[in-house]
Amino acid sequence: MSTTFIEGSIAVAKTVGVCRPHVISAYPITPQTHIVEHLSELVANGELKTEYVNVESEHSAASVVLGASATGARTYTATTSQGFLLMIEVLYNIAGMRLPVVMTCVNRAVSAPINIWNDQQDSMTARDSGWIQLYAEDNQEASDMHLQAFKIAENKDVMLPVMVCMDGFVLTHSFEPIELISQENADKFLPPFKPQYYLTPKNPLSMGTMVGPEAYMETRYFIEKTMRTTLQVIGDVAADFHNQFGRFQGGLIDTYKVEDASLVLVAMGSIIGTLKDVVDELRTKGQKIGILKVRSYRPFPKDEIYRALNHVKEIAVLEKAISLGYGGILVNEIKSVFYGKPKTPKINGFILGLGGRDITVDTIHHVIKDTVKATFEEKFIGLNESLIGGK
Amino acid sequence: MTTSTLIASKEQSCQTLLASGHTACTGCGEALAAKLVLGAAGPNVIVTDATGCLEVFTTRFPQSSWEVPFIHSLFENSAAVASGIEAALKALGRQNEAKVIAQGGDGGTADIGLQALSGMLERGHNILYVCYDNEAYMNTGVQRSGLTPFDCMTTTSPYGEFSWGNKHNKKDMPGIAAAHNIPYVATASVSFPKDIENKVKKALSISGPKYLQIHSPCPLGWKSNPQLTIKVAKLAVQTGLYPIFEMENGKITKVRKVTIPRTPVEEYLKIQGRFAHLFRSPNGKEEIQKIQAIADRNIEKYGLA
Amino acid sequence: MRLDLGAIAKAGTSKANQTGGWRNFKPIFHQEKCVGCGLCKIYCPEGCVTMVEKKKYTVDYTYCKGCGICAEECSSGDIEMVVEEK
Repeated sequence: MSTTFIEGSIAVAKTVGVCRPHVISAYPITPQTHIVEHLSELVANGELKTEYVNVESEHSAASVVLGASATGARTYTATTSQGFLLMIEVLYNIAGMRLPVVMTCVNRAVSAPINIWNDQQDSMTARDSGWIQLYAEDNQEASDMHLQAFKIAENKDVMLPVMVCMDGFVLTHSFEPIELISQENADKFLPPFKPQYYLTPKNPLSMGTMVGPEAYMETRYFIEKTMRTTLQVIGDVAADFHNQFGRFQGGLIDTYKVEDASLVLVAMGSIIGTLKDVVDELRTKGQKIGILKVRSYRPFPKDEIYRALNHVKEIAVLEKAISLGYGGILVNEIKSVFYGKPKTPKINGFILGLGGRDITVDTIHHVIKDTVKATFEEKFIGLNESLIGGK
Repeated sequence: MTTSTLIASKEQSCQTLLASGHTACTGCGEALAAKLVLGAAGPNVIVTDATGCLEVFTTRFPQSSWEVPFIHSLFENSAAVASGIEAALKALGRQNEAKVIAQGGDGGTADIGLQALSGMLERGHNILYVCYDNEAYMNTGVQRSGLTPFDCMTTTSPYGEFSWGNKHNKKDMPGIAAAHNIPYVATASVSFPKDIENKVKKALSISGPKYLQIHSPCPLGWKSNPQLTIKVAKLAVQTGLYPIFEMENGKITKVRKVTIPRTPVEEYLKIQGRFAHLFRSPNGKEEIQKIQAIADRNIEKYGLA
Repeated sequence: MRLDLGAIAKAGTSKANQTGGWRNFKPIFHQEKCVGCGLCKIYCPEGCVTMVEKKKYTVDYTYCKGCGICAEECSSGDIEMVVEEK
């Protein structure tokens, strides 16, 4: 396979294109724009046969793909930050109605104050919505994840929407050599969407009914149960992908030099690249250090994480989001993995990179030193002391 | 208006696509309006509905009253969901399978759903949007909406020492729809079922976005006798308070004339508890005059006399 | 019905819900003065009035909530509302 030097957004748009979505609907918002601009170009040029619906808000973008998906169409949307928050009501609805919509959440900070740069606060706000959430480390993975996303979502044992999360600007606007997926290969990998139920006068069903106390809880039970099944499906789809394309892009977690590590860095998204540089450097100095990437955040792969980390002494969780009034989000989920287990490692949480704050090699060194030195719940790293220390 | 013009066609009387057993209140105008719309549209439709009474009283899981494919998503997105359905039918080559009808109440249409509706109208989707106008948020307990009439008492526009009820006039929703340069806008009333049938059929024969607003009394919210649902609705039309018209490509092409001699608005107001405060208070007469002026303006504006 | 796939309901299943129990007043279709205008059927919000034959209509008490619209709108005064005996 040959590679193309291409912007992340364009690679994602091209992959979405070869998935042959019937209906795309989106509303422009930085830094998601390049994805939807390129898709509309493909439609304008006749390269992509799809109904592209330009809407007046993200709420309607999500509602259009909801209606289209319920009619039996393969659908796609993309957004970020404020647009994502405006969509959330519909996102819960899509998941509750078991519609296999695929969307890209370009990760961006949330207002106020308004900030267009990257962190992962936006998608975190929908972690409980019933959407499968996959976080991409680089643009190759982001691109490949979209092809896999449709296959996971439309699996008859899943029928849940999938959100591919990719860091705004850091990934969407950066150029990397990418192995793009050809139409022929996409068609081979992804069968046409055949829903069990859809809106048609041939079989008039009512969707979106009102469910009272006698059955609402069971709807949640079914989604939760399906999330467990999905853990298996994500792995299977990744294996299929590996078989066909020869590269392993998938699974629930990725590990890097974890086998003999005593300290492991846990994170999601593009930060993994920086972590690898630091780990490689420290490994040459003899430090036993590794990385665990959470690729599937929902469903959360507790068992896989435990199996990968149960021998580790120290864990540092690095995250670009915060539950204000509580602290780190991912760090607490990592801690819960070890609850009730015979050995609990030291687990330190670090909040960093909010609103696009630089995450440098030095930042990571800091995290590692802190983790070796002390134990704490979590701390902000990379704060500008001159902005907070002055009296 | 003679009885014979009221009689629906054979086709209409044969279609019952809104099944019995729904849980609408007795004498519900909205249930009747929805039944009439479906009867006129026939089985080859896909319908959406906004959150509201109609959705609640027809789709309590595991039951549904809809004999046609139906989807309810949220309060404000009926028009956007319908847009997605229409786009999907096109993309899948199934355009001939079904016409798309989006539905909403007055709140779901003129207030919270206005943005999505505007988008749908602007984009030119081949959809008929039907607004069942019962002039308040009935499902949540009769709160005022943008289509609640002037001086009307609701639970959030109560009558009091400093209040005559709703301070604002009804939003000109058909005018807003028409401002999108769509081919067909019409108003109707549950009291004229043949007219609803004609308008639905005509609208569905026209390609592009269509808007139909149907005045649908709510005995609970209007504090009117359920038995009088048709009478009340008819009086709204006859007094000029609810102008019935058709607009094609921005021009009014047909209106229903008011009765001559003119029926004063009191006739309409006095049989509804939501206006009872106007008759109880000595200063209510002035307010009734203001309402009469609204009717007069409608009659002049739409040429109803 | 599929609760596991988004609470889907089958068409027309509300017929299982016998709303006739709500009734306080009951329409009696005398079938004497009927002129066959069909208004009772057209205006019924429950869709539970049917034509038996020309100039003969009947109501399904399984669903009739007793709103009285049929009696009010009947063009020949053939329908009478009486108190429902329970």
